[in-house]
Amino acid sequence: MAAIGISTATMNGGQKLAMKYFTVAIALFGAQVLFGMLAGLQYLYPDFLFGILDFSVNRMLHINAMVVWLLFGFIGSVYWMLEDESGVPVVGIGLGNLIFWIFTLAVVVVVLVYLLVQIGPGEQSSIWLINEGREYIEAPRWADIGIVVCVLAFFYNVTATFAKGKFTNIGGVLVMDLVALAGIYLAGMYYTPNISMDQHWWWWVIHLWVEATWEVLVGCLMAYGLIKTMGVRRKIVETWLYIEVALMFGSGILGLGHHYFWIGTPEYWFTIGGFFSALEPIPLVAMVVHAVFDAGHHKLKSTNNPALAWIIAQAFGNFFGAGVWGFMHTLPQINLYTHGTQWTASHGHLAFFGAYATMVIAFLYIALQKWRGDVYMSGNLNGAWKWKWAIFLLHAGMITMVMALLISGYEQSQIERAIEGSTWMGYFAGQSHRWFMQGMFWRQIGGWVFTAGFVLLAWDLLTIGKRETRPALQVQGE
Amino acid sequence: MSQTQALWWASESFWRKTAIWVTAGSFVVLIFLTFDTVKQITAGTKRVPAYANALNHRIDYVFDEKRNFQVPVIGPEEPLFGKKLTEAEAEALVSHGKLTTQAKNCMGCHTLLGNGSYYAPDLTKAWLDPSWGSKEAREQSMVDFLMNPQLAAHNALGRKMPNLKITESEARATVAFLKWMSSIDTNGFPTNFKPIDQADAPAPAAPVAEPVAPAAEAGVGISPAPAQQ
Repeated sequence: MAAIGISTATMNGGQKLAMKYFTVAIALFGAQVLFGMLAGLQYLYPDFLFGILDFSVNRMLHINAMVVWLLFGFIGSVYWMLEDESGVPVVGIGLGNLIFWIFTLAVVVVVLVYLLVQIGPGEQSSIWLINEGREYIEAPRWADIGIVVCVLAFFYNVTATFAKGKFTNIGGVLVMDLVALAGIYLAGMYYTPNISMDQHWWWWVIHLWVEATWEVLVGCLMAYGLIKTMGVRRKIVETWLYIEVALMFGSGILGLGHHYFWIGTPEYWFTIGGFFSALEPIPLVAMVVHAVFDAGHHKLKSTNNPALAWIIAQAFGNFFGAGVWGFMHTLPQINLYTHGTQWTASHGHLAFFGAYATMVIAFLYIALQKWRGDVYMSGNLNGAWKWKWAIFLLHAGMITMVMALLISGYEQSQIERAIEGSTWMGYFAGQSHRWFMQGMFWRQIGGWVFTAGFVLLAWDLLTIGKRETRPALQVQGE
Repeated sequence: MSQTQALWWASESFWRKTAIWVTAGSFVVLIFLTFDTVKQITAGTKRVPAYANALNHRIDYVFDEKRNFQVPVIGPEEPLFGKKLTEAEAEALVSHGKLTTQAKNCMGCHTLLGNGSYYAPDLTKAWLDPSWGSKEAREQSMVDFLMNPQLAAHNALGRKMPNLKITESEARATVAFLKWMSSIDTNGFPTNFKPIDQADAPAPAAPVAEPVAPAAEAGVGISPAPAQQ
């Protein structure tokens, strides 16, 4: 075991592959922050990069980088735990490596086309080759097909490995979840001139990913993370996982209805969407109870303090970002005034960061500990200020952004919607109002703080445990 | 701990079964609802009008007392660009417009039916927006604007739409797409909207192809926007 530097000797094949995915993930996280900052600046200085990198391009890169870095983070995390859970080496590790390079190359090509070509003529060729112009899944159709192929290869690796070794409960939930995750993506891969139909199926992808299958995926990751960092008993964790799956899918699948209020879909979705989406925070409360109870029960004694801190951050971030911020504007009576305003931006920022970014970061720390040769990462860690300040700055920056966007959203609902009547003049009256612009200004301040936190996080990930000579703390399973 | 295992409601197997049944049950309900919803949002239905029906007639957005919100109403014949289209022609035109909105990534700044980005106005009722001035000038104003949007600053802060190299045929198709989109029944979104004044000299009431709310014909509801800029 190397005391200084890197030791991959104790890492299994899946974990070595995971490190590749994590590297790309963190780079794309940086890209997300960069393009988010550019887009935010354009609210304050509309001429900034006008005609060169317009808001639409920056915003597309901001959200696409996010989707892809989270996917890379998830795939990496699953590969990380795969051999541990199944008890056998990854079945198709060569395929896994090949797919990694294809996937990464495809992402680079898509980003270059976004940056250099940006738009095309109003023809099918544009949505096949340049961009599809559909929020979050802008990736052109050729890339969609590539993503499906990559996900299928990944799915094969996960399923075949569990099948060859042993199917733990975590493994079983994971495999079922990946079936749904891959299948749902197909709903977004077709063209129709009918915008109502388009958005109806588009929400199948967006909602059933973000508010159902991704949530269950991070549930699996959290279950593994709690076992790893604190030695929580598997039976307890897995029982909780099933409770969370029942609550998550029980509320989330029909919660899809809260996107069907205003896109041409029938009125019965008011009742169904309102009711089930109101239940959506419940599993998130369960996750907080789960994580916090376990952490308290183990007196915060863990093998990996930064990872545990991010797991706890996930529990709260998911609850507030997805649960509270989502519920806040999910009922149709309120949503009529908030739909398509900065309320959604506020919710989106806190939910994606709180529920997903946090969990991937927790796994990065779990991975780095082993990468450094199973070094000590518990209390009194050398240079602990870095991870502590990083988690603080990222949260302080995020909360500032979220509150600022929310205030701008309130103002929009009030002035643009309630008073001015939703016309373009109403929109501009709202946008140029001081209260709106103050929100945009503070959002940018929050963005700078967040950026500082990201830089510190990246530095910490590169250096944590480097000079650590103590071996990792062993926690006793109960 | 052994006590916990003895409790059926805290057991792993109970929750595994619950998870499976709840997930399967929810999914089955969703599938049934999806069949019904897809039927109701197919173009050519009450909620989502046929392309030609929308393009060949006046579209208005009128308060419906029974439903207690504004609904789109298909009015007298008023063909887009003065040319009456067959359903096939209308669909092709709307489709070209929709493809244009996708290829230019309109959703990168705008919202359509409220979904997208928040840097520019919602386009759900763009066709009915009073900003176009008069009903007569609207079609050409929209085409001119789409082709050269960078010439105008659209808010007090100088936020502008960039030139997206939209050709005239793309611009006309986009206008068709926007007109058709404004005829979709969106359950009252956007709310409290004040549409452009479309009333003209006593118009002979043309037969209405779609079932419409009676309140619309009676002129009940919000009055047309008095203000034009």
